[in-house]
Amino acid sequence: MKNQSTELIFEISHAGRRCHRLPVCDVPAKAAAELLPATALADEPPPLPEIGEIDLIRHFTNLSARNMSIDTNFYPLGSCTMKYNPKRHERLAALPGIANLHPLQLDESCQGMLEVLWQMQNILAEIAGLDAVSLQPAAGAHGELTALLVASAYFKDRGEKRSRVLIPDSAHGTNPASAAIAGFDAVTIKSNNRGLVDLDDLRAKLDDRAAVFMITNPNTLGLFDDQIAAITELLHGQGALVYLDGANMNAILGVTRPGDFGIDMMHYNVHKTFTGPHGAGGPGAGPIAVRNHLAPYLPAPLVKKNREQFSLDYDRPKSIGRVRSFFGNVGILVRGYCYIRTLGPRGLREVSDNAVLNANYLLSRLKAKIEVPYGDRCMHEFVASARVLRKERKISAMDIAKRLLDFGYHAPTVYFPLVVPEAIMIEPTETESKETLDAFADTFMRIMDEDAEFLHAAPHALGISRPDEVKAAKEPVLRWKEN
Amino acid sequence: MSYVLNTPDHQRAMLKQVGAESIQDLFKSIPASLQLKRPLNVPPALTEIELTQHLQHLAACNQGADDAVCFLGGGSYDHFIPAVVDAVAGRSEYYTAYTPYQAEASQGSLQVFFEYQTLICQLTGMDIANASLYDGGSAVAEAAFMAITVTQRHGQVLVAESVHPEYRQTLATYMHNLDARAVTLPTPQGFVDPDDLKRAIDDQTACVVVQHPNFFGCLEEVEALARIAHERGALFIVSFDPISLGLLKRPGQYDADIAVAEGQCLGNPMSYGGPYLGILACREKFLRKMPGRLVGQTVDRNGKRCWVLTMQTREQHIRREKATSNICTNQGLMALKAAVYLTALGPQGLKETAELCTRKANYAASQLTQLAGVSLRFDRPFFKEFTLHVQGKVPRLLQGLLAGGYHAGLALGRWYPSLGNCVSVAVTEKRTLAEIDGLVRDWDNVRSLAQAEALAEERVAKLPKEANALATRTRRKSGHERDSRRS
Repeated sequence: MKNQSTELIFEISHAGRRCHRLPVCDVPAKAAAELLPATALADEPPPLPEIGEIDLIRHFTNLSARNMSIDTNFYPLGSCTMKYNPKRHERLAALPGIANLHPLQLDESCQGMLEVLWQMQNILAEIAGLDAVSLQPAAGAHGELTALLVASAYFKDRGEKRSRVLIPDSAHGTNPASAAIAGFDAVTIKSNNRGLVDLDDLRAKLDDRAAVFMITNPNTLGLFDDQIAAITELLHGQGALVYLDGANMNAILGVTRPGDFGIDMMHYNVHKTFTGPHGAGGPGAGPIAVRNHLAPYLPAPLVKKNREQFSLDYDRPKSIGRVRSFFGNVGILVRGYCYIRTLGPRGLREVSDNAVLNANYLLSRLKAKIEVPYGDRCMHEFVASARVLRKERKISAMDIAKRLLDFGYHAPTVYFPLVVPEAIMIEPTETESKETLDAFADTFMRIMDEDAEFLHAAPHALGISRPDEVKAAKEPVLRWKEN
Repeated sequence: MSYVLNTPDHQRAMLKQVGAESIQDLFKSIPASLQLKRPLNVPPALTEIELTQHLQHLAACNQGADDAVCFLGGGSYDHFIPAVVDAVAGRSEYYTAYTPYQAEASQGSLQVFFEYQTLICQLTGMDIANASLYDGGSAVAEAAFMAITVTQRHGQVLVAESVHPEYRQTLATYMHNLDARAVTLPTPQGFVDPDDLKRAIDDQTACVVVQHPNFFGCLEEVEALARIAHERGALFIVSFDPISLGLLKRPGQYDADIAVAEGQCLGNPMSYGGPYLGILACREKFLRKMPGRLVGQTVDRNGKRCWVLTMQTREQHIRREKATSNICTNQGLMALKAAVYLTALGPQGLKETAELCTRKANYAASQLTQLAGVSLRFDRPFFKEFTLHVQGKVPRLLQGLLAGGYHAGLALGRWYPSLGNCVSVAVTEKRTLAEIDGLVRDWDNVRSLAQAEALAEERVAKLPKEANALATRTRRKSGHERDSRRS
């Protein structure tokens, strides 16, 4: 039997097969060819594959088995917060009264949905320690862009011309990319020898051209920058705003609030902190929270409540406009709402307590054998370095990552952040058990003792060995074509 | 309830290994003065039973497309979703995976995205497609940015007024700090007059953006418009309706440079506006200027065919501020659904779906325009939605129809002050003869001059919240109601 999971869907197509059938037209109307001008019509429908139902199901089901996922594997992917995705969320987000709402239906016909979204605005403001929330951005990077456009509008309104966004070198790549798209010059701030913001470098590059300083705190090394009060004071002293990349909120829920440590604006990654799920790359949701003086510039609409009636407020004359069509990634926001309502205040704090405990536990077990350049303690994640292994035995971070796959562990994030050579970034999350962490640590350390050549060739136990990425980029094949 | 597995015993053992006194001890890098001294002020925890009841209650306060017949469009449509789509997308091997950076552990997702890219190329007749963007609106903005980079023209982006107003707003917001300006090309007749484009376009125009079928439902003269854009060296960007391509010429056939779309209609629920799917396809020569992830075919060390994320030097995690876009998280699961949907329909299914939409929309328009005071606003062929001009107050009309169990249409006045008396009505393949006739009957009732005010008053008074939603649902589910709709 042919392997239906490695053949492309196009290769198992047979003319005349089909899966979905449509009813006979029950209205007395002419054929479409008579209703539409001939010049607009195609001769043939698109050459899509022709597949029967069982072949379709087998194809996509067998393919799914060629993925690692949270439901099948420990997934300690640093910076990505791969925690358990509760099944109840999937069921509830699919309720017909939630999933089958049209985005432009009348407000009075979706009061329940508006209530969820209104609650979510308030809850996210409280967790942030900030005043106003827009749920519109579709993902974290989208939130960054939105907030930077808000900052830009704010300064324009004040008659200030500020052209620069300052970003630490340990930041996610989305930060400088978002700054560029929002029309700012991205200026890199160095990290110091503790892995934190180099205050001297910040002072040297800070002047009245600075619009926003984007900080990730805890940062991508898994460290809380304890200079944060001094940093925000410096920025505010120059009239600039401080933005928090909220990718690492899983470490500080109910522990500290961005607004309380001087942040003016931030985004959440609902698919990370509030367990999305990630969907093999999306969808996410990237709501932003801001202080009152920035609220007028948020995208429209926001949900407002007026005497027990909820409505969408489009009347926001200073708003930057909108960054996408319709309200936002509501399906993900509903899941986030379900999660927060399940946890409550204590549960949220337990998340961060145990995320940080799990990360520190794993750190303490691994540091016996591998260098962790910045500190003995961490927040929700830490970054080990295979620098010495590489130098002494030619074993790279990538070798270890690939070999971990053989043991059923998804690889940690590697080669990020850029400030650590041969970086291996590990984030276990709070939903993993001590047993899982122990087994992972044992395996990790055992791999470090394996033969270098053997590791270069890893993985050995998966469906494929390492792909030729150079070939993929040099001779791009981005679609199937009939021979 | 926090899904945490650590018992107090585990926590003690782990703290001992770490060398910490307490969990609080682990947070000492956060200055004490900055730590929150109280619990977060969020609602108390709910068990699964309580949460389920809570959400069911909230859902019952909504009238979705199952509670009132949905004739709403404007970029989000009540198309049918075959069960195979949810069966596949409901597999947690897909939905609980991360972005497929580790190719060996992600061949499932990677192959699906490669198939998705191919399906979008087959659908559009374009050379290449990316692995998804956020939605139709941001896809327009990304396409315009791409056009500015490709052409190196920083004068204007010409966008037709008949493009979805929220896409245009998105574009304007994205372009706010660019040198290039987004300039709207008026469409008083409901479509772009090629002569108007000729007058508006200049040598610093990076691109011309049109929607086909457009926001009013009308077809645009895409071939002529593409020609005019190309004559002046501008790119031609079209925002298309994927379902329409079961019938209409494909963007590649009329020489579009970049084709973008809202992919919600391909197997995704309306979900009050998201998550949706931004589709972007283009000419091969623009490959290095494309935003978003791309999956490419290659071989492993044993020469076995496999798939990887490729051309990543365009992307933010490599190129940082020089990236083609800031996008990272995309809409992978929606792309998977679209791939399954297009496979489930196949060429014939897509054609028949498009055919049903067109015929039913035309039937609905022909019936509604027989009512006194109701007319088609634009004298143009349309695909699955159309714009009506009505006499009387539009909000009252729509509220009255909602109370009778119909999401009857969209009031266009919010976006087009000159169309304050216009309603856009969309008809998908799901709508039946009985539902359309029912809408026409109810519309007639609500519209009738004498009855309009009174009926609307009465129904609106009854409207607020749950009671009305439940009442409507009960009515709709009764056998009598069903039968009367079919008659």
